[in-house]
Amino acid sequence: MSGKTDKASFLKKLYSRDVHISRLLIMLAAVLIVMLLLKPEKFYSIANFKTMAAQFPEFGIMALGIMLCMITGGIDLSVVGVANFTAISSGVVLKSMVDSNGNLLGYGIMATLLFGIMIGAATGFINGLLVSKIQIPPILATLGSYELFTGIGIILTKGKAIADLPLEYSELITAKLLGAIPVQLIIFVLMACLIAFLLARTTYGTRIYMLGTNITAARFSGLKTGSLLIRTYALSGICAALGGLVMLANYNSARADYGTVYTLQCVLIVVLGGVNPNGGHGRISGVVLAILVLQMLSSGLNFFPQISNFYKSLIWGSVLLIVMVMNYSTENKSAKRVKAA
Amino acid sequence: MVSKTLKKLTQRNEFYIFIVIMLLSVVIEIRSGQFFTPNNLVDIASALIVPGMFAIGAFMVIVSGGIDVSFPALASLSVYTATRILTDANYKGGMLLPILMVVAFGALLGALNGFFIAYLKLPTLIITLGTSSVFKGIMQGVLNSTQIATIPIGMKQFGLGALFVAENQSSGLTSRMPTAMIMLLAVLFIAYIVLRYTMYGRGLYAIGGNETSAYRAGFNVRAIKFMLYVSVGIVSSLAGLIRVCMMGQCHPTNMLGMEMMIIAGIVLGGTSISGGAGSLTGCMIGTILIVMVQNSLILLGVPTFWQGFFLGMLIILGTGISAMQVSRAGSRAFKKTAGEAAK
Repeated sequence: MSGKTDKASFLKKLYSRDVHISRLLIMLAAVLIVMLLLKPEKFYSIANFKTMAAQFPEFGIMALGIMLCMITGGIDLSVVGVANFTAISSGVVLKSMVDSNGNLLGYGIMATLLFGIMIGAATGFINGLLVSKIQIPPILATLGSYELFTGIGIILTKGKAIADLPLEYSELITAKLLGAIPVQLIIFVLMACLIAFLLARTTYGTRIYMLGTNITAARFSGLKTGSLLIRTYALSGICAALGGLVMLANYNSARADYGTVYTLQCVLIVVLGGVNPNGGHGRISGVVLAILVLQMLSSGLNFFPQISNFYKSLIWGSVLLIVMVMNYSTENKSAKRVKAA
Repeated sequence: MVSKTLKKLTQRNEFYIFIVIMLLSVVIEIRSGQFFTPNNLVDIASALIVPGMFAIGAFMVIVSGGIDVSFPALASLSVYTATRILTDANYKGGMLLPILMVVAFGALLGALNGFFIAYLKLPTLIITLGTSSVFKGIMQGVLNSTQIATIPIGMKQFGLGALFVAENQSSGLTSRMPTAMIMLLAVLFIAYIVLRYTMYGRGLYAIGGNETSAYRAGFNVRAIKFMLYVSVGIVSSLAGLIRVCMMGQCHPTNMLGMEMMIIAGIVLGGTSISGGAGSLTGCMIGTILIVMVQNSLILLGVPTFWQGFFLGMLIILGTGISAMQVSRAGSRAFKKTAGEAAK
């Protein structure tokens, strides 16, 4: 009897160590079990896992950027605009990188990637300036810049798609290392490790958590809030640009209206991952787990042809609402505990 | 006295936006010679009806300190459901039943937003992002929405009804001023009275200024916020109904994505995005500017694909100017109190 309660209290302790992550692990397990029961041979195939690993980096990298901004208490709604703008301008650069015979120059891909990352940093820098120096609320600043970057993308392409890109670029990014690991996944993992390192092991990470908890206190303790915010939004811009570069490779074309659903999806992922929209809290492990849960759920739904694609937006919206309500109840509980103490 | 009122005017965003509108119309008039023609003005007024009504609802939410992005999805769902039911029932009557139906659906969907935001105190932006996704999913997934090409005759007649017809003497083009204009004016009037003279309206401003203070001052914050989202649901659904009537058919997804443009207009009109400050006049003037930019780029000879660029610039410039005004006013007030303390 006592052994049982010990076990129960141990599980409870484990669960409450990080409620968000425990909850995500339970959701992940639930999805995996349901798929095992309903569509085992289709879901648990190497091909499916390869496809999933190639699909989620697109929006996963963008979600990492939004996470950083949300930790500072802001939000970056411009990621999809930045991604498309980057993809379009990089596409133009890539097309110009061919010699007279129509072959891609040796340094062409490297140059395109660097160019794209620079575009991302520059757009993020603009967002950071708007948020920190002009002090526009982040929601509005990034909404405005979303419209602006999408607008510039439409002007550059006249509303059409940029296609007929040199194939080498797409082949490189969508290649499978050792026949199994997609390059997109490697880009995502590298970026996730870099951000995890920044958050956990550098003063920059500690400072943005502090900034998100209380900006006034942060300023009075001598933090350069302006430069911190600019660096954060620039980093988010780079993440968005990488997402755009992956999209360019996946579709082998670029357009100003690709991936418009990703904005909501990324915000959903970040909130699902346990990042507090008011700032100051959140872990990258939660966000990465949330990305995996969402990708598996969405791939899993694809195996049920009777469920139309439109149900996805219903499911995602409901999941977001449910998670928000659950966060509310846990926060209330912990607030009560603090009060009682 | 005159200089004092002038000084007061120049401190308000509405004043500058008004000047921008005037300048823009003069530029368009010079470039095209078509702006100050009766039919163009009537066209702009009729294009203002739906965005104007959406803006009134979204404005009230922003005054209370939140940002609602679900209203186009909410309106689409309630109007689509009402139109679908009426078409299937082969409804032949007048406008009263459709209006009652969208009001009921709008209030119901708005109450859902209100429940999450007022009772569970969750952040408005994230909740409305979620509910807009849910509304879209219900409409396109569960109801399997398709375009309804022929709407009930009563709705169509209402959409075609005209208060008067304006004619351009030189080109012979005519434009109708839709009957729906009355609805916009009525909603505007009611909103004005409510925001200015009722406890509920003053409560919205108080909550937007400081929710805790409003609660301590005796406002029933929960009830006011809940009522707010119900009324926004009603107003948005009415706007959606008018749009369907004026188009003469029901495109379910046609209104989605309008939210950014509407919010931009409201903020341009000097409404503080953090809540508590803003006027209905400013909200309407800002919306007029956005509608003008959308309608008049063609008259200026600018290709339509520049629209997004101009919209983005407008949002950034408009919010930037008002943000800088706020921070300057803040530092001025700080200096003043610091100076008084020094004395």
